[in-house]
Amino acid sequence: MNVTTLKILLRKEVLLIRRNPIIPRLIVAMPILVMLIIPLVATLDVKNVGVAVVDNDRTMLSRRIITDMDASEYLSVAGCFFSYDEAFRLVERGEADAIVTIPKDYLNDLANGEKPDIDLKANGVNATKGTLGAQYATMSIAGTLSRWQAEQGISLALPQASTVNLYNPTLNFRNYMIPALMVVLLIIICGFLPALNLVSEKESGTIEAMNVTPVGRLEFVLSKLIPYWVAGILVVTVGILIGWLVYGLVPEGSIASIYLAAILFSLVMSGLGVFISNKSATILQSIFMMFAFIVVFQLMGGLFTPIASMPQWAQYITYAIPPRYFIEIMRAVYLKGATMADLWPQYAALTGFALLFCLVASLTYKKRT
Amino acid sequence: MMDNMETVISVNGLTKQFGSFTAVDHITLQVGRGEIFGFLGANGAGKTTAMRMLCGLSYPTAGGGTVAGFDIVSQAEEIKRHIGYMSQRFSLYENLTVWENLNLFATIYGMASKDIKSKAEEVFKTLGMENMRNTLVKEIPLGWKQKLAFTAATLHSPDIVFLDEPTGGVDPATRRKFWEMIYRASSQGMTIFVTTHYLDEAEYCSRISIMVDGRIKALDSPARLKEQYCAATMDEVFRIVAKDAKRSD
Amino acid sequence: MSTIFQSLIKKEVLHLVRDFRTVTVVLVMPVVLLLLFGFAISTEVNNVNVAVVVERHTDETRQAIDRLRANPYFTFCGIATHSEVEELLRKGKVDAAVVLRTENGKLTHQIIVDASNTTMAQTSTAYIESVISNSSAGVPVVANTLYNPQLKSAYHFVPGIMGMIFILICAMMTSVSIVSEKETGTMNLLLVSPVRPRTIILGKLVPYFLLSCIILTLVLALSYTVLGLPFSASVVNVVWVTILYIVLALSLGLLISTIASTQVAALLVSGVMFMIPVVLLSGMIFPVENMPLPLQWLSCIIPARWYISAMRVLMIQQLPVGYVLTEVSVLLGMTLAVLALAIKKFNAKK
Repeated sequence: MNVTTLKILLRKEVLLIRRNPIIPRLIVAMPILVMLIIPLVATLDVKNVGVAVVDNDRTMLSRRIITDMDASEYLSVAGCFFSYDEAFRLVERGEADAIVTIPKDYLNDLANGEKPDIDLKANGVNATKGTLGAQYATMSIAGTLSRWQAEQGISLALPQASTVNLYNPTLNFRNYMIPALMVVLLIIICGFLPALNLVSEKESGTIEAMNVTPVGRLEFVLSKLIPYWVAGILVVTVGILIGWLVYGLVPEGSIASIYLAAILFSLVMSGLGVFISNKSATILQSIFMMFAFIVVFQLMGGLFTPIASMPQWAQYITYAIPPRYFIEIMRAVYLKGATMADLWPQYAALTGFALLFCLVASLTYKKRT
Repeated sequence: MMDNMETVISVNGLTKQFGSFTAVDHITLQVGRGEIFGFLGANGAGKTTAMRMLCGLSYPTAGGGTVAGFDIVSQAEEIKRHIGYMSQRFSLYENLTVWENLNLFATIYGMASKDIKSKAEEVFKTLGMENMRNTLVKEIPLGWKQKLAFTAATLHSPDIVFLDEPTGGVDPATRRKFWEMIYRASSQGMTIFVTTHYLDEAEYCSRISIMVDGRIKALDSPARLKEQYCAATMDEVFRIVAKDAKRSD
Repeated sequence: MSTIFQSLIKKEVLHLVRDFRTVTVVLVMPVVLLLLFGFAISTEVNNVNVAVVVERHTDETRQAIDRLRANPYFTFCGIATHSEVEELLRKGKVDAAVVLRTENGKLTHQIIVDASNTTMAQTSTAYIESVISNSSAGVPVVANTLYNPQLKSAYHFVPGIMGMIFILICAMMTSVSIVSEKETGTMNLLLVSPVRPRTIILGKLVPYFLLSCIILTLVLALSYTVLGLPFSASVVNVVWVTILYIVLALSLGLLISTIASTQVAALLVSGVMFMIPVVLLSGMIFPVENMPLPLQWLSCIIPARWYISAMRVLMIQQLPVGYVLTEVSVLLGMTLAVLALAIKKFNAKK
């Protein structure tokens, strides 16, 4: 490897990046936008499930069920009606997500030792909200009933239980998202930008001027990647700082293990970026290829929806998705304080992918046609 | 080519096919040291493709040869150390300054930074570009850009300079100045291999070849070609040689 | 006039078809997305790995373990000791551990859950709770679901995917393709020709409009067959509201192309201004009502938000158009405004 050549090429890249109207701003603005906005938005917590109640009983107990539901932190009673149709209209208009129907003579039947049923219909348009909403409503009703029964002396002897929420005791969804969001930053900075950069040199013809010189393939590709690796590491640092200053989230584990994972993942992404640019002739082509990868990576990597929720066959596919390992490492190190020894399979997988992608990238980069 | 000349380019049966299309069809030629070799042909005749093979940018489908003493199939990277290349498309970095571009290419060719400075100053002075040193390349006029691209290809004093339609799209006065630069480089001992479709420029060359549909149809000095075809100008020679061309547009 | 128009369209179609790979990506991506969302991606909680710590084995603890084992939501990972629990959780081998104690002959339990993912943690705690205490049998509530009886999360995602794909294809592809003509100079060639600018614009837009219609057909066919979305007459409304949205997206692409001067700029503008907001703020994945108020207001200017919410009503609830009047009129207003602005800018440039 020729160090002088590498140095002058690096200088050229840095100058070109600095003179580019968009890229420096992107490198500064991206981490801030991603780290400040996505955590506010990306929450699947189900809150404020609107409940429309059809109260056919109209007793102390039915009113108590209603007030208890309204008091629950997840539910809010959107309205009480005397007919199902009225309640249903509320659901159609999107103002309520579930309908609870309390049957006639409910209190009476219950007091007589019968087992009358409360009817619950959840809006399934949003499946998660539907399921969880129904569960919350059921739990709330069950709670009210058991308290009422206890007052009436019919003790159900509920088992005593306690729950320990390890690693995220305040149950803050943001703590779960923030570490993983660095994956978005690295995919764009270390994969997308170098690919764009290489393809625009192809379109403008300057790459040919380079190919006809004795510049080595290694020096040339390295000069394209090193600036973005540095940018990637900087961006991760900014991300860590934002996590700490804005959200008060500091990694439980060692910072070194975060940087190691970030470096390995940058290698994976830049290998992929170079590969894509080698295979595309125009910017549009490279964008669509990259976009296809990004979508699959983000959806299948477990960033927004848990891998454990996928069917088995899909879970097998995720083993071939590099971001999966990076996201697992980030979350485990940040929240659980996991060590490199705990996470060696993930590090090994990332290393393997880094080697593979860089190899493929260098094999497909040709100075001659 | 004179017999006592040292050969710097020598190819035999060089061929390039893209699928069923034969862009370059068994061309054979020699170029001697110090010559200005004009590589003529209509658009689409295969000039650029042939030149790209000589520069190690493209693999020949068949045939072979040597450039600057190195094999064009197996020693392309060695060839690249001994040549300069200026492509048809302007290909310096638009967002770098004049000096940054020259420094970049000269460093890549292994020149010491002290030499680059002194040589660049010399060139700036001869071309009258001193005040453009720190201007971004995208902001200078086309004629100057071409001169700059030529300078970038020759600053390291290569054995051979390949010029692919260097004067495309510039005005006659600038073209004449450009040819002065070519002569100057030639007088410094560089061999010039230049493609063009301006036939008046052919007169400036020591020898020319005319390519038609991927084949070399004529190869000699301009004077002898005119004699051979009983023509007064190169323009007429070209019209006679290329009359059966199928691929020109 | 019509022949110029035809030849312009022909040129554009040829251009598209020659770039075979991009067209493939554009056509295959919606399918892959639909299938991924339909079959792979869900936010449902299942496959929760549970370990159990038992201090003293009794009949009751055995029954509790049997219930856990039998429940399809859980994967029973064996009995662990107190000291192992932390490590198992840290390494991600289990998601939750249940500690069963017997005090004074009464069974009590404690659930230790990996709460990194709060949604998963809350739901699995609730599940474990009900399984261990066997309480679900005692709750007198009969629950069922409206509109989406199998609670497929795919239903929820289909409108979102459509909202994203059309913005991507119409806005991004048109703007990049117009700007690339600007870069190569062919746009000037057309502009100095006697062809009217209106014709040039239409010639650019029509092929992408047709491409979008092909994709719309593809998406609808898949949704109603493979994904099993209920089919009804409301599909007519789905189609025309979508076409309105496509026109809006095309106008946005046109607007970007008048602002951006390079392909990369067009791309980044449409990426930053459309793709990211569509994915994040439109309610495609994350519900709008969970967002902080300023972001909810911001989401109002994102066309996809209105489109997606209209599609949910029309496709899943299958209600008549009357229920989406607000959404449709907002989309219509946006289309007219953007189109007027784009044409004004385009003419000014000329």
